[in-house]
Amino acid sequence: MIRNTEKTFETKELTINLGPQHPSTHGVLRLSLDLDGETVVKCTPYVGYLHRGVEKLGENRTYFSALPLSDRLDYIASMNNNVGYVNAVEKLFGIQAPERAKYIRTIVAEMGRISSHIIWLGTHVLDIGATTPFLHAMIARERILDLFEMLCGARLTVSYPRVGGVRNDISQEFLNRLYEFVLNFPAEMDNYETLVTENRIWKDRTVGIGVISAEEAINWGLTGGTLRGSGVDYDVRKYRPYDAYDKVEFNVPVGKNGDCYDRYLVRIGEMRQANRIIRQCIENLPAGPVMADAPKFTLPPKDMVLKDMEHLIHQFVLITKGPTVPEGEIYMGTEAPKGELGFYFVSDGTGKPYRMKIRAPSFVHASALPRLCEGGLISDVIANIGTIDIVLGECDR
Amino acid sequence: MEPLHAAEKLKVSFPEEVLDIREFRGEASVTLRKDRIVEICRFLHDEPDLFFDFLVDLCGTDYLGRKENRFEVVYNLYSIRHRHALRLKAEVPEKDIRIASVVPVWAGANWLERECFDMFGIIFAGHPDLRRVLLPEDWEGCPLRKDYPLKGPEKEWQGFVDVLEKAKRLKKFEWNK
Repeated sequence: MIRNTEKTFETKELTINLGPQHPSTHGVLRLSLDLDGETVVKCTPYVGYLHRGVEKLGENRTYFSALPLSDRLDYIASMNNNVGYVNAVEKLFGIQAPERAKYIRTIVAEMGRISSHIIWLGTHVLDIGATTPFLHAMIARERILDLFEMLCGARLTVSYPRVGGVRNDISQEFLNRLYEFVLNFPAEMDNYETLVTENRIWKDRTVGIGVISAEEAINWGLTGGTLRGSGVDYDVRKYRPYDAYDKVEFNVPVGKNGDCYDRYLVRIGEMRQANRIIRQCIENLPAGPVMADAPKFTLPPKDMVLKDMEHLIHQFVLITKGPTVPEGEIYMGTEAPKGELGFYFVSDGTGKPYRMKIRAPSFVHASALPRLCEGGLISDVIANIGTIDIVLGECDR
Repeated sequence: MEPLHAAEKLKVSFPEEVLDIREFRGEASVTLRKDRIVEICRFLHDEPDLFFDFLVDLCGTDYLGRKENRFEVVYNLYSIRHRHALRLKAEVPEKDIRIASVVPVWAGANWLERECFDMFGIIFAGHPDLRRVLLPEDWEGCPLRKDYPLKGPEKEWQGFVDVLEKAKRLKKFEWNK
């Protein structure tokens, strides 16, 4: 009897579309999945829905006016994109930001890292079914955005770091409020960890899911927390220090097994380290100017532009024609929350980059999705998308 | 390690392939012929004291009217074990716009090469799945070429025209009927 019913079952592979409108894809990512029952046989990601031609636009603007474009890459951590962009441009120009500006940039970049990781934590656990941490994470992020607003007037697309330094100095009031945040943050982290880290459902959904070995992760070009979860301690902040990262103490958390759970632990550890970095930077913040003394390569202060003819002309020339840049090409990578964010510039001596290429970590991570998802269950696809922490604005550029 | 060390080692092993070595801001870039690119990459990847295990970035550059060979494919390499970097630039002429794919060496080159194909039209021979990645498959032209207009093509992309027509059609629908 049973044998007969088995014969009547017809099995076939099913192809389904996940996205582009799907809450767990963190943007407009579309996956075409070939399924055998619940097992994913083939996974093909489609990206490009948010393609805006940032590289082409950047090649037609001066180095100064292309800065706001970098805000719109990874819109969750625009501060880190700005820091990456200005560091690359400074390397090309051959100028150095003053010490105080470097410390300030380190502070704001780590604030950006916390706000990005906390969004990742909230949405990742929400995808898997835990609603509470998401609501708390949003509150913590809101505090950082309020601080950004206090600093430069903008919450999301900040454009606060500038070529040669930062836009304006930070106030004592800001530092006090930030310090208060820093002191309270470890306790807040403990709260999230109580809710999630040893949670049995969470562990069932993430331990042993999306495993990738260290060699393979490097070969796929993974960076950031996604790579460190596999046990490689590659962190641009340690390997090629920029800003003030060589003057602060911090550890690089690494995982062991290269699964979703280890990547989770790595990012949790990173938030605590980011907090530690901010605290050290506030305590050791040096005095001095916040803009490099290199008039040929940096914009004059805005209040002087409004008062003084020479400064106005200076500003006008730099914005319209651009600076005279040495010919050559550079690549500069920085550690953004998602991974290594790199800028490759080819300069032909004019005020506009001849070629601007953005090495977006999300793009590379999205390309490794089939490697992580194939052979697993369809429910693990959601865990894998969350764990590689992609933002499609950056992926599609 | 000195930035030029890896570049010079490459020159010793492949003297005919290396055209030029330059250093700028502490970074070495090597200009290459394109013919033996996979062999060169395999050498850089496997040699124990070079060990470029990480392909940071791969992109194209268009030197329209500036260089004899119009395109270059740029490989930014890094060695996580030895902490050194190297940039390879393979010259690709417009007449023979093909270069061998390095996906067998670095799996991460897959989408980067697709993007380069998408934006510059450079064909990567031996690539497992060479399709457009950021633009729709029926898009015409290669946007990052220097002769592509900044404001976009004259003719609207067919996919968008279809969407507009559909929206027009749906507007006429009488919901209360």
